[in-house]
Amino acid sequence: MIENRPLLKLTAHLVLIAGVALVAFPVYLAIIASTHGPTDFMSGVIPLLPGPHAVENYRQVLASGVSTSGIPPISLMMTNSLIMALTIAIGKIVISLLSAFAIVYFRFPFRALAFWAIFVTLMLPVEVRIVPTFQVVANLGMLNSYAGLSIPLIASATATFLFRQFFLTVPDELMEAARVDGAGPMKFFFDILLPLSRTNIAALFVILFIYGWNQYLWPLLITTSSDYYTVVMGIKRMADVADSYPQWNTVMATVVLAMLPPVLVVICMQRLFVKGLVETEK
Amino acid sequence: MQSKRTVFSNRALPYMLLAPQLAVTAIFFLWPAAQAFRQSFLREDAFGFSTQFVWFDNYMRLFQSASYLNSMAVTAVFATSVAVLSIVIALALAVAANGMIRSQQTYSTLIIWPYAVAPAVAGVMWWFMFNPTIGILSYLMRQAGYNWNHGLDGTDAMILVVIASSWKQISYNFLFFLAGLHAIPRSLTEAAAIDGAGPIKRFFTITLPLLSPTTFFLVVVNVVYAMFDTFAVIHATTEGGPNQATNILVYKVFDDGFIGLNLGSSAAQSVILMAIVTVFTFIQFRYIERRVEY
Amino acid sequence: MSAIELKNLRKVYPGGAEAVSGIDLAIETGEMVVLVGPSGCGKSTLLRMIAGLETITDGTVSIAGRVVNDKEPAERDIAMVFQNYALYPHMTVRANMAYGLKNRGTPKAEIERRVAEASRILQIGDYLDRKPRQLSGGQRQRVAMGRAIVREPAAFLFDEPLSNLDAKLRVEMRGEIKLLQRRLATTSVYVTHDQLEAMTLADRLVVLNKGRIEQIGTPLEIYRHPQSTFVASFIGSPAMNLISATRDGDGLRLSDATLPLAGRSLPQGPLTIGMRAEDITLARRTGEPQGLPVRIAYVEELGASRLVHGHLGSERIVVSAPIDGELDDTMDARIDPALLHVFAADTGRRLQ
Ligand SMILES: Nc1ncnc2c1ncn2[C@@H]1O[C@H](COP(=O)(O)OP(=O)(O)OP(=O)(O)O)[C@@H](O)[C@H]1O
Ligand SMILES: [Mg+2]
Repeated sequence: MIENRPLLKLTAHLVLIAGVALVAFPVYLAIIASTHGPTDFMSGVIPLLPGPHAVENYRQVLASGVSTSGIPPISLMMTNSLIMALTIAIGKIVISLLSAFAIVYFRFPFRALAFWAIFVTLMLPVEVRIVPTFQVVANLGMLNSYAGLSIPLIASATATFLFRQFFLTVPDELMEAARVDGAGPMKFFFDILLPLSRTNIAALFVILFIYGWNQYLWPLLITTSSDYYTVVMGIKRMADVADSYPQWNTVMATVVLAMLPPVLVVICMQRLFVKGLVETEK
Repeated sequence: MQSKRTVFSNRALPYMLLAPQLAVTAIFFLWPAAQAFRQSFLREDAFGFSTQFVWFDNYMRLFQSASYLNSMAVTAVFATSVAVLSIVIALALAVAANGMIRSQQTYSTLIIWPYAVAPAVAGVMWWFMFNPTIGILSYLMRQAGYNWNHGLDGTDAMILVVIASSWKQISYNFLFFLAGLHAIPRSLTEAAAIDGAGPIKRFFTITLPLLSPTTFFLVVVNVVYAMFDTFAVIHATTEGGPNQATNILVYKVFDDGFIGLNLGSSAAQSVILMAIVTVFTFIQFRYIERRVEY
Repeated sequence: MSAIELKNLRKVYPGGAEAVSGIDLAIETGEMVVLVGPSGCGKSTLLRMIAGLETITDGTVSIAGRVVNDKEPAERDIAMVFQNYALYPHMTVRANMAYGLKNRGTPKAEIERRVAEASRILQIGDYLDRKPRQLSGGQRQRVAMGRAIVREPAAFLFDEPLSNLDAKLRVEMRGEIKLLQRRLATTSVYVTHDQLEAMTLADRLVVLNKGRIEQIGTPLEIYRHPQSTFVASFIGSPAMNLISATRDGDGLRLSDATLPLAGRSLPQGPLTIGMRAEDITLARRTGEPQGLPVRIAYVEELGASRLVHGHLGSERIVVSAPIDGELDDTMDARIDPALLHVFAADTGRRLQ
């Protein structure tokens, strides 16, 4: 602030505190709810202070799930989410690195066409073409499989663009020096380009991990066997039942568990996360 | 299109490098999109035994159907509300945080993490808070004399999904506004201060105009988010109800296709949505191009 | 057999721009050839064609008697030093130098020996484990040279390697490159647009203009006998005075004065006369004009000498003068007719 205005400063702090409260309150309530017993929700109003059942609730959902709603142990669902998120994030990064490399470091017939074919995927979010995509995956026999959960989501125009932009900023001379030094394309890619892209890869990984973990509609559609349920979609199945037979404590315990990994990733890797977010949109 | 001054001379290698990406794109993006396009001209009978080519009939029916027109109106209200609400709140927070020196980092951390919360999870949390029987917010409203019930009242349901969707988007907008504010040279605000402009005046005459590219970008991104990425919020909470009050277009595609099994209509809706996304993508692209010129 | 031989070499870029148009050049083993010319004249393009980084439109490049048109850069047995050094940012100095050798499968012990030897010569032994960004510009420059030296190639190719250094360091490194090249006696092709750098480094100088060779020769040959007005004005600082003139009886008519030719024979017709600044002397006028009347405009003091800028009629002229002489508003410029450079006014070619 340019001039010293205590009142203005105070207002700013109040605005920020209100903002933080707004952002945190739903999660606070979720955490509180996850520490109460099932009967505490019959009585009327949600409790606002922690209850004594935290350990028991979390142990139950993690280890045995919720049998009344056909929910497998959350630990299984979280493992599935992790596999899906990692496959999507790593898969997207790998195929985007390769295609950006091809587009920037080679000249070949149909280069522009390939570029546009990838670009078009920006315009086709999965929700928009959900029915035919589901049919394709079903026809390929990929329902109820990790491959079906992740591969259809792996093509990424955003990541390809990001790497393309980055590769274009790498000085031309680096590649020329490598060629004089006897490095072929793949050697250059692995020895030089990849190490230089480290921060970009890490930043993108954070964003894509969150993207993968938070997938909802896709796993909902292509998993009918509870062995492949992911935690984010599983919440919906639990909440459906919770309406008639309120088990808010277990639903909220699952909610907390479902957001824990991605939130931790954002908080622990804040710098990379901000970089990844701001750069992917450029 | 740009490439390097010198390039590797291999002929087959670039195609091999592109193959995985192109294969996934072709099988899971282009092919389904083409299918949607084809199906949008067909109609199946109730048992799926025969299909008939019906030209633009699916589209005509859509634009004559009250429920589709309703869905469009609902989407417009929903997207506008989400964009305005989350942008205004985020802007206020970003401006406040930008004035902080030591605490800026801490406030940022505390504000940005909801980005990582899945839309479905955000929806369930707010659904819980608004729950008519035990929710804290509906309780407070009852005390104030309003009988909240998103299960029956369309407006209540709309407010619920708007709040849940905006809540999640604040962090994103906040980050971009903060980055935009950091990019404004200090000397500008200082010059204005020397010219005697107070903080409020400075905000409206200097800061806000200079933030307009960021704001424009965020409006597009938020509208796209509200139109397409909020599917999970709707599905996890109101499921389009009550009485179609929150049945946004992207939800209707799914609903008519999977629940109503009306493939032709769902496909036509897909095609319309793809056209809408295309428009937004190009607007966004123009914006990127303009930024690159700097 | 020449170390590097270019035959009728041409380069047309995809856009249709002809950057190099028919170059013939033979570079002898161990010699240092400097390609010099104004920006955009095709120096880099030519060098990069020798390196194999640019495709060849026409003609041939031979290295050690072998046509290498279709060979990869790595197969040409050359090493290159780039203007921005092009050091691999994520590798240590040691790894940067070793990379090319490793790719060739040189035994480990041999790599170590060569890196140690090169870092001793270049005095970079202390930074071997640093990353490039932890080095100053001059140190990076040395590492870039080191990376070329360890390869022990048939030829070094330099593309303006000193342009990113400040003026003082540039002079210092220039000397070192010269010494190093002498010592290693490796054939070198060096590109620069700085004529002073070119003069001081070259065994032989190649002056390029618009994709063509204007003149080839030792620095002194070129300085003393520029074959065209282009070379005359490009090589030497200050640039040679070029003034239009015509034969006039026994003398040479320059602007409104006449210069006696004292027996030197010149062709008739319009000419361009070149005079080096240091070949002209200025004399104070005592009575009758004797020589060319120069109106003095301003003086640049260089310390050891001074540059006097003035006008001869409507043309500008520069004279290098001793620091202690007195200067009037108008002085008489004199020059030994044997020191005149004479060019055809239309083609700009040297006439004698
Ligand atoms: N990739 C390219 N495509 C088209 N034209 C090019 C390309 N590279 C260079 N040129 C053109 O070829 C000509 C010679 O370029 P070159 O880089 O060889 O000049 P140079 O003598 O090295 O100049 P400088 O001293 O500025 O480096 C220039 O006119 C340039 O515009
Ligand atoms: Mg050049």
